[in-house]
Amino acid sequence: MADPMKIRAAMSGDKVEVKILMSHEMETGQRKDAKGANIPAHFIQTVTATHNGKVVLSADWGPAVSKNPFLSFKFGGGKPGEKVSVTWVDNKGDKRTDEATIS
Amino acid sequence: MNSSRRQVLQGSTGMAVMGLAVAAGLFKPGSAWAQAWNKAAFDTKSMADTVKAMGGTGATESKDIVINSPDIAENGAVVPFTISSKLPKTQQIALLVEKNPNMLVANFSIPDGTEAGVTTRAKMGQTSNVVALVKADGKFYYTTKEVKVTLGGCGG
Repeated sequence: MADPMKIRAAMSGDKVEVKILMSHEMETGQRKDAKGANIPAHFIQTVTATHNGKVVLSADWGPAVSKNPFLSFKFGGGKPGEKVSVTWVDNKGDKRTDEATIS
Repeated sequence: MNSSRRQVLQGSTGMAVMGLAVAAGLFKPGSAWAQAWNKAAFDTKSMADTVKAMGGTGATESKDIVINSPDIAENGAVVPFTISSKLPKTQQIALLVEKNPNMLVANFSIPDGTEAGVTTRAKMGQTSNVVALVKADGKFYYTTKEVKVTLGGCGG
């Protein structure tokens, strides 16, 4: 199982600013190891952020997103104390969901 | 990786159970998530193809899209990008790097109520034009910016 995400959700004016740092190797499938064999691709394909059951951002990613991906965005309608939940799924079917409270 | 899952996968009975699950259509290898993920778009090598794979016909250049990134990136493995769009009804924001093996880096869907701007970090193999592709009100718009890379991010 992958390491937990670091999520921060804070009010910025009337919007909620969400910052997410995921822990994932994001292997492209283009690299070779010391013996010249291809290192298979292993990367996050979909990311979904929800607030009160409503999707506030969804993303499709390719292998060109950097290792340990960072993502930040803003959405309206959130209040301090409410939760933001983020889920990612990678190309091997592994997934992880983490939550943060809006401050 | 979860150790109990390893054991299930290694055990022959585990394999039989997995086989049954596959047969019953409960666990289709590779397909369950691949459906949601637009593989065709991520295989494209030009912006026109990417637009097509996303269901559009062409893109118009727009000054209402802003790419915020360093002009010179020292490390191509981690290049920060902020893309924001002032176009009304922005539905989608995609980041493309022209000289990467496959152009499309990431595609964000922006629902109502979410600001049309995202920040993320991408890998760049070499100095290249970067394209921000935005779908707004059903049409595609783009803007480009050159980012110089001193150390590539796709090498071994």
